[in-house]
Amino acid sequence: MSRDLPIVAITPFPVAAAHELGDAQLRANLGRATRTIRDKRARVVAEVADWEPMRDRAAAVKDEVLDNLAELLARFEAAAVAAGATVHHATDAAHANAIVTELVRAQRAESVVKIKSMATQEIGLNEALEAAGVTPIETDLAELIVQLADDTPSHILVPAIHYNRSQIRELFARRMPGFTATSDEPAVLAGAAREYLRRTFLAAKVAVCGANFAIAETGSLVIVESEGNGRMCLTLPETLIAVVGVEKLLPRFADLGDFLRLLPRSSTGERMNPYTSIFTGVTPGDGPQRLHIVLLDNGRTQVAQDPVGRAALRCIRCSACLNVCPVYERAGGHAYGSVYPGPIGAILSPQLTGQDAGFNKTLPYASTLCGACYDVCPVKINIPEILVHLRQTGPKPAAERAAMSTLSWVMRDRRRWRIALRAARSGSAPLRLIARRHGGTLRRAPWPLSAWTAHRDAPLPAAESFRDWWRRTHESS
Amino acid sequence: MRIALFVTCLNDALFPQAGIATVTLLERLGHTVAFPAAQSCCGQMHANTGYAAPARQLERLTEAAFAGHDVIVSPSGSCVAHLRAHTGLPAYELSELLVDVLGVTDVGATFPHRVTYHPTCHGLRALRLGDRPATLLRAVKGLELIDLPEPEQCCGFGGTFALKNAAVSGAMLADKCANAAATGAEYLAAADNSCLAHIGGGLARRPGAPRPIHYAEILASTGAPS
Repeated sequence: MSRDLPIVAITPFPVAAAHELGDAQLRANLGRATRTIRDKRARVVAEVADWEPMRDRAAAVKDEVLDNLAELLARFEAAAVAAGATVHHATDAAHANAIVTELVRAQRAESVVKIKSMATQEIGLNEALEAAGVTPIETDLAELIVQLADDTPSHILVPAIHYNRSQIRELFARRMPGFTATSDEPAVLAGAAREYLRRTFLAAKVAVCGANFAIAETGSLVIVESEGNGRMCLTLPETLIAVVGVEKLLPRFADLGDFLRLLPRSSTGERMNPYTSIFTGVTPGDGPQRLHIVLLDNGRTQVAQDPVGRAALRCIRCSACLNVCPVYERAGGHAYGSVYPGPIGAILSPQLTGQDAGFNKTLPYASTLCGACYDVCPVKINIPEILVHLRQTGPKPAAERAAMSTLSWVMRDRRRWRIALRAARSGSAPLRLIARRHGGTLRRAPWPLSAWTAHRDAPLPAAESFRDWWRRTHESS
Repeated sequence: MRIALFVTCLNDALFPQAGIATVTLLERLGHTVAFPAAQSCCGQMHANTGYAAPARQLERLTEAAFAGHDVIVSPSGSCVAHLRAHTGLPAYELSELLVDVLGVTDVGATFPHRVTYHPTCHGLRALRLGDRPATLLRAVKGLELIDLPEPEQCCGFGGTFALKNAAVSGAMLADKCANAAATGAEYLAAADNSCLAHIGGGLARRPGAPRPIHYAEILASTGAPS
């Protein structure tokens, strides 16, 4: 697996996170943004009386997809082809990029307009197109900001969450053709982006999109968005190329209803998103005349084989887990080194690439297992359970392995455990004198406990263990 | 009813007061408590750090140690959650035992202090303790319960997370300590000494901040000088 894939961490999470934590502005921006959006989500979710049964149904539908992936893919392909689409199968990122690049070349297009898509970010499509001499133009406002800044997104839903408006104005002035505005009012900035994008839409011959859902029954693709840029891309160009992860399937059209209710409330905290586009094949004389659908595997069928980890493939990319995650709130998206940040990224990226890729093995440890992510997940992905599962199946340091098995050996026998407690107590006796100055806790402990006392005082073994107290008070007669 | 205490390894070694308070309280309420000496660790630390095999050995040992008891009580939410998920034992967190099983909400305690309560992640989400601990604390004579801002936020402990991701853990701890200090309480109570060891370690570095205390110790207190 290539190390430069956008889902491979090139820095260990603890190192990257410590670096991001140093940015006070970033922390303030993130704290404010995530708090606002999680309050909003909680309010609109509380309005829905059947939210819990709806989560159960959605999880069951997604599991049905994973159980019958090959069959549903074949059904989807047959229906899409019958409606006039061309379907391609991409095994990995390089394969998908080659297919898309070839399709763009065939249209002799020098640029393509893009709808925000996690799948194309996952495979690094923009970079591949640029290498082939094609300019990809992101049309989602936040995604455009990130692209103009030569940056990477830091949030699934709000990719430019880490920028404020004066930074954005400065960026537009430098990088956006024809930009003249002097104010950093959000409406002015959005207006300037709208004018720029409108010229771009009208000139585009090819558009590239992803899909939120793919309906096996009808061969339809579904795109949910809020700016209308997606609808422009879906209707104006002659050629439309959709890159769709195979897990995006839903078996039946009727399954869509629950998901269209779950997704916007979980992601933007809105009751409904402004634009939902459902499109099936091509219609002569109306809209794109060529529709190519690239079904992307890139590790997914492998993940679907793992009885515990597969639940990660239920994900509908709503980002609710990011917004409630205390680790994400402090470290930000870039610390995860992946287009999939936050709790879902911590389980999805290492599974898609294998835990040996880059520093993806550090991602399952980027959580306290507090469980807030599981509570809000609209498709009930038990993220803490999968984090623990990945810790158990992934590579581990030899010293830690040895310490853990020694500790377990001591704890499995009551005599050994009692001796260990007494040894800890007498060994720490000199420290008790030092600790007394701080109300009984230790301010600076020797290695390896120094890692603990770098941030907090350490407790000392009790003068009398519980079991010794019990023996003294309840067993001496 | 045969009630057995699972004191947990951490309480046994570092915070015996929580176990002593649990025993004292239950005996005061007229119950006999057993302490199976073969117990040590539930396996949570091993399992959560990624060591399934030693975790399973400890889980089996715990099952064997507690075989035959009707009810197992523990002053640790996270260990109870682990026992429930990985063993067949009838394990209860202290507030669950008191409120749901024994039907007590006023344990007859006296603790004339201002107290704020941190609900802990396992208490909140794994066990859904809800307002059981707060109900018990509100019935304590002389106790003034003060709301903790952002109570549902994790303190940043997370077992080995505190060491493996020390910087993020420290940032989360700083926010939890700031919220605790803002209450003006004398004590910060919780149902888990692992979280309290972490938060208390942070609070110890803030002069005038609340002191950490296991809520079992409050419930066991009768106001008499010990």
